[in-house]
Amino acid sequence: MKVSLNWLREFVDLPETIDDLRTVLDDLGLVVEGIANVGHGLEDVVVARVDEIRDIQGADRIRLVVVDAGHGPLEIVCGAMNFAVGDHVPLAPVGAVLPGGFTIGERTVRGVTSHGMLCSPRELELNDDHQGLMVLDGLIEPHVGERLLAALKITPDVVFDISVEGNRPDAWCVEGVARDLATRLRRTLRSPAGASTNSATKSDSFASASIDDPDLCGRLTVSVLRNVKVTASPSWVAQRLQNAGMRPISNVVDASNLVMLELGQPTHPYDAARVARHTLRARRARPGETLVTLDGVERQLAKSGRGLGDTGEDLVIVDGDDRVLGLAGIMGGASSEISADTTDVLLEAAFFDPMTIARSSKRHALRSEASNRFERGVDPQLALRAAARYAAILSESVPEVQWLANPIDVHGTIPIPPTVELRGTDIARLLGVEIAPEDVTAILSGLGFSLVQKRDHVQVTAPTSRLDVRAGSEGRADVIEEIARLYSYRRLPRHNPSWPELGVLNDRQRLRRKLRDVVVDAGALEVWTATLGSDADFDLLHRDQPRVRVTNPLAADESVLRATQITGVVRAWAKNYERGLGDVILAEFGVVFAHPSVTSEPRMTKGGAGGTLTLALPRENERVTIVLGRPDDDAKSAVALWSVLARRLGLQDVVVRSVNEAPRGLHPTRAAGLVDRSSGALLGYVGEVDAELVDAVTTGSPLRRLGLLDIDFDALADARLATRVPSAVMMPSRFPSAVLDLALVTPQRVNADDMAYALRQASDLVEEVTLFDVYQGPGLAEGTRSLAYNVRLSSSDRTLNENEVTRCRAQLIDAAASLGAVLR
Amino acid sequence: MSTSPLADLAQQTTELLAAIAALSTLDALRDAEASLTGKRSPLAALQKSLGALEPATRKTAGAELQEARRIVETALEERRADLRREARRSSLETDRLDLGDVIPSDVHWPLAAGHPGLVSLTQRELEDVFVGMGFTVADGPEVESDWYNFEALNIPPAHPARGLWDTFYIDLGEPETVVLRTHTSPTQIHLMERAVATDSLPIHSVMPGRCFRRDTPDASHLYSFHQIEGLVVDRGITFGDLAGVIETFTRAYFGPDISSRLRPGYFPFTEPSAEFEVTCTICRGAGCRTCSSTGWLELGGCGMLDPAVLAAVGIDGEQWSGFAFGFGIDRCAQMRHELSDMRALIENDVRFLGQFS
Repeated sequence: MKVSLNWLREFVDLPETIDDLRTVLDDLGLVVEGIANVGHGLEDVVVARVDEIRDIQGADRIRLVVVDAGHGPLEIVCGAMNFAVGDHVPLAPVGAVLPGGFTIGERTVRGVTSHGMLCSPRELELNDDHQGLMVLDGLIEPHVGERLLAALKITPDVVFDISVEGNRPDAWCVEGVARDLATRLRRTLRSPAGASTNSATKSDSFASASIDDPDLCGRLTVSVLRNVKVTASPSWVAQRLQNAGMRPISNVVDASNLVMLELGQPTHPYDAARVARHTLRARRARPGETLVTLDGVERQLAKSGRGLGDTGEDLVIVDGDDRVLGLAGIMGGASSEISADTTDVLLEAAFFDPMTIARSSKRHALRSEASNRFERGVDPQLALRAAARYAAILSESVPEVQWLANPIDVHGTIPIPPTVELRGTDIARLLGVEIAPEDVTAILSGLGFSLVQKRDHVQVTAPTSRLDVRAGSEGRADVIEEIARLYSYRRLPRHNPSWPELGVLNDRQRLRRKLRDVVVDAGALEVWTATLGSDADFDLLHRDQPRVRVTNPLAADESVLRATQITGVVRAWAKNYERGLGDVILAEFGVVFAHPSVTSEPRMTKGGAGGTLTLALPRENERVTIVLGRPDDDAKSAVALWSVLARRLGLQDVVVRSVNEAPRGLHPTRAAGLVDRSSGALLGYVGEVDAELVDAVTTGSPLRRLGLLDIDFDALADARLATRVPSAVMMPSRFPSAVLDLALVTPQRVNADDMAYALRQASDLVEEVTLFDVYQGPGLAEGTRSLAYNVRLSSSDRTLNENEVTRCRAQLIDAAASLGAVLR
Repeated sequence: MSTSPLADLAQQTTELLAAIAALSTLDALRDAEASLTGKRSPLAALQKSLGALEPATRKTAGAELQEARRIVETALEERRADLRREARRSSLETDRLDLGDVIPSDVHWPLAAGHPGLVSLTQRELEDVFVGMGFTVADGPEVESDWYNFEALNIPPAHPARGLWDTFYIDLGEPETVVLRTHTSPTQIHLMERAVATDSLPIHSVMPGRCFRRDTPDASHLYSFHQIEGLVVDRGITFGDLAGVIETFTRAYFGPDISSRLRPGYFPFTEPSAEFEVTCTICRGAGCRTCSSTGWLELGGCGMLDPAVLAAVGIDGEQWSGFAFGFGIDRCAQMRHELSDMRALIENDVRFLGQFS
């Protein structure tokens, strides 16, 4: 919201510098997002008349202009083309300093000397127009030699662009901001003058008003203003509107906008001649009704919305023929608009239910200065004060205007300001510090709260401008926030709390850190790929599967939640590879999603209005996806990496087990599941990236094999699924070990880890079994390969003798035989 | 009619189909394509001879020829698909590797430095600071219901405050009931509900995580980003404690010459609410372009838990009080590493990734 300093100063004395005021406003939570100077640096600019325009030899973009600013002809070189002899334009004479600190000097161009500068609106920082010079004819009655500021009736001003928070309905106007400043600075707040009715005729003899739906319209006042003449506004009104970013239209409309900016009450002037029976009525819109709003768009009313909590209700103002005149509190219709011929005005000043306005405004995607204020809650007691101020401003341009007696004032349901009990300890309990009672009183009274001292508490009643203040304990917090805000957050002492509970990471978080460290230590770079992808991306690995979709994506190719990280990481690798930077391992730690319809145990949660509905949410699965893209990487490197990870993470026994049907994205004949031997749980997959996927995400260059490790971190973090090594350590035997090498011709279907496991179980003497060679080919039967294991035997209490070793060897061979293997 | 050039059409079609069926490799198919359906095909020759026919017979003959061509071309495409499948099957078969037989110690593993991501690195540093201050760490889901993301945080449906967050809605259930979380605050609600259910108050936790807002990406915004949220619910917790925790954190993370200050703000879930700012890390408070000459940079929001939030999760506000705060992890990284364009975080250029340790 743009707030002028001159305007603020009408309400409260503010001798502070701009910087100091900015600091105070920021500290009040009225954050200054920008400061603009208006009309500064224009003191020396005068009105000049163009008397002659001459070409300059050899130049086609500049011309020599002879002007008169009251002291005879002056030659000026000028690049603008939008003016003619006889026009009046602003002249910055030699020595003038323009906004931004630019000093005008004599300047010689192509042998011609320029004695000043003719200016565009942007050069004067009056507006953004830089098409050409500011031609004054038509804007004002220009007089040669007059100061431009006086000619345009501009008073230099400073405009603060203030960001008003959602809980400050009162601060959406100059008076509200001034009230905060006056209270903080302990100064008097002045009120602007309002007019009084000046006609004996009663309003109800001319007009009437009614409320059909008191729940949506809390108050409807109608003032009748007769003998109106529609003209331009006084210049101070126009300038105030412009400084606030609004365009002046006519005295009748501008006065309405000015009152809104000043006091926060939006009002709406109707041309009485265009309102049937001079009657205004507030009611719910009926399905099928339409309205063409002032922006020229036809609106379908009372059409239920899609959004959560949207009732589809619209509140409209209708006339005596039940014709819809406007969308209450949001925008009027074209049919009863003020025109040049308007002589009688019905001024509506009302209170509308904030939520109704918020919903309608959202549903119709229609925001206006009025709806911004009504949806936050306009003071329900402000209407007639605003009307009086309106009449006062209008009477400046139309002294003969008549405001009929007893303005119409119809009431619906008006919110009653809550009363909050503030006990002596409440403030310290919330803020951590006592605030002196006289400070509390000064702050709250300054803000318009009323206080009644009771025996053990103060009864605090919020002003009607503060509909954000709630009742009960919530209201108490609201009131204490206001005390703290005006007292200044910076003055509240800080304190370091302590508690006996320890700050720690849980097992899952520690495991995640450890896994990340090990992966990074192995040489991986961590990537972050997109959660939202296209349908085509989803189809690459999950064709025909239900997908979790975003209803309102920013772009079509960001509309589906990813079901895998493999595609993203492979694509990230390919992009680097194409830049010649592909000799890397990339790893992503992130979440993938499955539609609730394909999960066996959908995540149920409460949701919907009031949390009464039960909703099925997508299953979220945290995964760690590692793509190995260095020159010789393949499925074997991925297995090697896994074996290191498994040992570093303290997993007891995870089998790298071939799968019949590898998930898509993995090379179908070079993929294995990571299966926990004790729990049988699948902890992830290891293998290579399917060449078809690499093809799909790249552009043709011959690519290499990519190793792949895709770990289900949720399973890994669950100690019931991923069995950890026991905490009791194995004490190595102090007696010598016996070492056997066994080459076992083993059927292809028998997993090498399973064989190792069988060998370990064969005897208590087995300390360790390590696979050291795999042979396949001539000399071996079809469907078999030779697995060579190194078996270490030991006993904790003796050196093994030859008999024991021989017996153990036989047990090992028996165990191998139970899996169909024979000694080679 | 006996002189029709199409007299042999049926015979020729049969021969072509037989030739197609006999193709055994994709290479052979590619080589034979021209003589089967292309320029050197008997069908192409027949096509040329049609020109000599009378218009009436040309039309019927043309249609016959078209049909024959369709049959041959279909057969060729089917064969091509079969051979492709076969080629893939056989190359997969040649490739077949029982990964259980891999001997890890045989794998050649060149030594090279890896690097954690900037976001996870920053997150860890932040977590470490808070763990040192006595906080635990909690995770939460990325897809949330309306209740957790908004309602329980005192933001009822259609409330104008919802406009503070540009929300991605998920197409599940009633419209706008499922969202990609717009902040980490829903994890607060989960924590408090759990603590109430298990009678395990107090809570001193921070909650890092990925969030989503429907912001068009630019140098300072991505549609997904990371926040860390703090929550304390205990007896006798005050706004002074909140300010103290923010200050301690600021100095611990940014360094002893960086301090913090609070100014009033608005969040529906806290009251009083504050924005917290830290000394500009570029100019150290002297005033520069980054901080609009104020010497301060806005980092996050905070405040005392609103009684409505405590009520929504069933915590007795007479016995317990607390505060919450939240700020961007990516933003901290940006401030510390002078990251000029956030999009670098998701572009995954290895020259960018290889800088963090």
